Amino acid sequence: MLEIKGLKAEVDGKQILKGVDLVVNAGEVHAIMGKNGSGKSTLANVVAGRDAYDVTGGSVTYNGIDLLELDPEERAREGLFLAFQYPVEIPGVNNTYFLKAALNAVRKHRGEDQLDAMEFLQLVREKLKILHIDQSLLNRPVNEGFSGGEKKRNEIFQMAVLDPKLAILDETDSGLDIDALRTVADGVNALRSPERGFVVVTHYQRLLNYIVPDFVHVMLDGRIVRSGGKELAYELEERGYDWVEAEVAAAASA
Amino acid sequence: MTQLKDSNTNHLRGLTGLTADAVAGDPQWLQSLRADAAARFTEVGFPTRRDEDWRYTSIVQIIETPFATTAPAGVEVTAGDLAPYGLTDIAHHQLVFVDGVYSPELSSIGDVPKGVRLSTIRTAIEGGDAIVEANFGRFAKIEANPFVALNTAAGGDGGFVYIPRNQVIEEPIHFLFVSTSSDVPFVFHPRNLIVAEENTQATVVESYIGLNGGVYFSNSVTEVVTAQSANVDHYKVQRESESAYHIGTLQIEMAKSSVFSNHSIAFGGSLARTDINARLGGEGIECTINGLYRAKDRQIIDNHTAIDHAMPHCNSHEVYKGIIDGHGRGVFNGKIMVREDAQKTDAKQTNKTLLLSPDAQINTKPELEIYADDVKCTHGATVGQLSEDALFYLRARGIGRDEAQALLTYAFASDIVSRIKVEPIRAQLDYVLLSERALEGIL
Repeated sequence: MLEIKGLKAEVDGKQILKGVDLVVNAGEVHAIMGKNGSGKSTLANVVAGRDAYDVTGGSVTYNGIDLLELDPEERAREGLFLAFQYPVEIPGVNNTYFLKAALNAVRKHRGEDQLDAMEFLQLVREKLKILHIDQSLLNRPVNEGFSGGEKKRNEIFQMAVLDPKLAILDETDSGLDIDALRTVADGVNALRSPERGFVVVTHYQRLLNYIVPDFVHVMLDGRIVRSGGKELAYELEERGYDWVEAEVAAAASA
Repeated sequence: MTQLKDSNTNHLRGLTGLTADAVAGDPQWLQSLRADAAARFTEVGFPTRRDEDWRYTSIVQIIETPFATTAPAGVEVTAGDLAPYGLTDIAHHQLVFVDGVYSPELSSIGDVPKGVRLSTIRTAIEGGDAIVEANFGRFAKIEANPFVALNTAAGGDGGFVYIPRNQVIEEPIHFLFVSTSSDVPFVFHPRNLIVAEENTQATVVESYIGLNGGVYFSNSVTEVVTAQSANVDHYKVQRESESAYHIGTLQIEMAKSSVFSNHSIAFGGSLARTDINARLGGEGIECTINGLYRAKDRQIIDNHTAIDHAMPHCNSHEVYKGIIDGHGRGVFNGKIMVREDAQKTDAKQTNKTLLLSPDAQINTKPELEIYADDVKCTHGATVGQLSEDALFYLRARGIGRDEAQALLTYAFASDIVSRIKVEPIRAQLDYVLLSERALEGIL
């Protein structure tokens, strides 16, 4: 579904990604872990198409399409979803307008009919119920005045409505208390399916107790340096990241 | 000097259609006021960019255009033409002026409370209305602005409403000025007067629209008088054609404990200038002056406001938002005067401008003059572009770049639009702001 090969990217002339390789198949959940500054959020943003980053090498293929050729909105319409680490507050645009515009843009691209107001409301109410989110969220401006937990839940709600094929969660767990974390994880688990892939970017292993990954990757200095099963996450939790760093350094000097 | 005066006289005659004896039919008080106004204009002529108040806006195009003063002939306006601009679906009173001339067929004045007078100002003058005589030209002074002098000299028609003590007009009153110019440039001078006596309430909407896209010049003056505890909600919706010139003054005279709010919308005109001047002449007054303007292509939209706090314990609130695109240019000048006696004044002014293109321009200038020492006055001006983070957020959800821009621009404007209490006006503006980028499906 997603194939990243030798991806290099820089921001303001500073190289952040130094050759990332990653393959995600439908139905799989991949966790990407790493210390701050290792490049994991950059990877998420480059795949989603944020233009603050310059791609300087490598390729990203998604269901046979060259993803790097597409605008961010085209990527979204192709079924890619990024749950933001810092969801943006947009005063004056209410959640309902926003979601309806987004959903109809995606549906149009898929050749599906636009939903009318009634159908749309029915769909979002159903999703709100699954995610245990209060309906008042619909009439509030996008993320304005939301608590950290509400913002992250709103991301998961948007994901549920837009029904993506590949979802990338960029540190969705950061700053969440354990209850909010559970809600977010429940939301993600409800959406797991054989047709959908997930990339979960996180700093901590804790989230992975709730969203159990099929694969865990460790990023260090702009590369994926270790990959394994979910046991790798436990090992990282127990031993920290330093041993990975030491091993990589040893391998490099050998 | 004589040459200059001759040239001013020519302009005066050209723009008002006045000849020496043209005012003979008016009552004596108006004849002399018009003569004074004509003399004043002849004396001072048009403002130039050397005048501080006109520094950013050149009116050369107006001076150089030969305008006709008789209305375009044979153009028919139907109720259907006006529907998109009317107060559809709510009870209201409407006075329609087509090219400056009252149209009884297109107007509808329903039942009004006892003692309320609602008519054209010409009708009231001809009927010898003492209220008109007592207020007309008393607040919008011919010395203050050459265009007010020009308007006064011209003696054009417009709306008049008088609300006697303790009366409430529940339905909004709509003064709708329609221009039909297409080929021949045409000038007219709308003149309105709103007098709200003690403890009254009314809502008045003034709309200026162009139907046929031609060049014309509407030069309006509106005077509003709010007596003690009167409450007037006023809206100015300027949607002139894109080749029109619009210059307008709104002059408000407020007495003790009265409440006035204005929302001034400026979307039309190749050159549009609105001056709003409010004098807070009693204690405990609440004055709100908000505006939303948009300049695109090569439009110039100029807003000048002046709030004069003359007495203690008054509040004024002002929020102006501008959207500037293409080669458009905006001007905002917001003056707040707090006189020595005006202790405990609370005045707040905000001007926010959104620049959507590299060639868009704004000149924004807050002007605070404070002579009292126990007051709260704040002002702030921001100029910016759409947030890249917000744009990316919307695009990452599948919304196209243009649509995302339109949505964020709409959000910027909706802050003002949502404060409008007359629902059809709000709907009209929402529609204009959204339909341009095919976003109306979102509502």
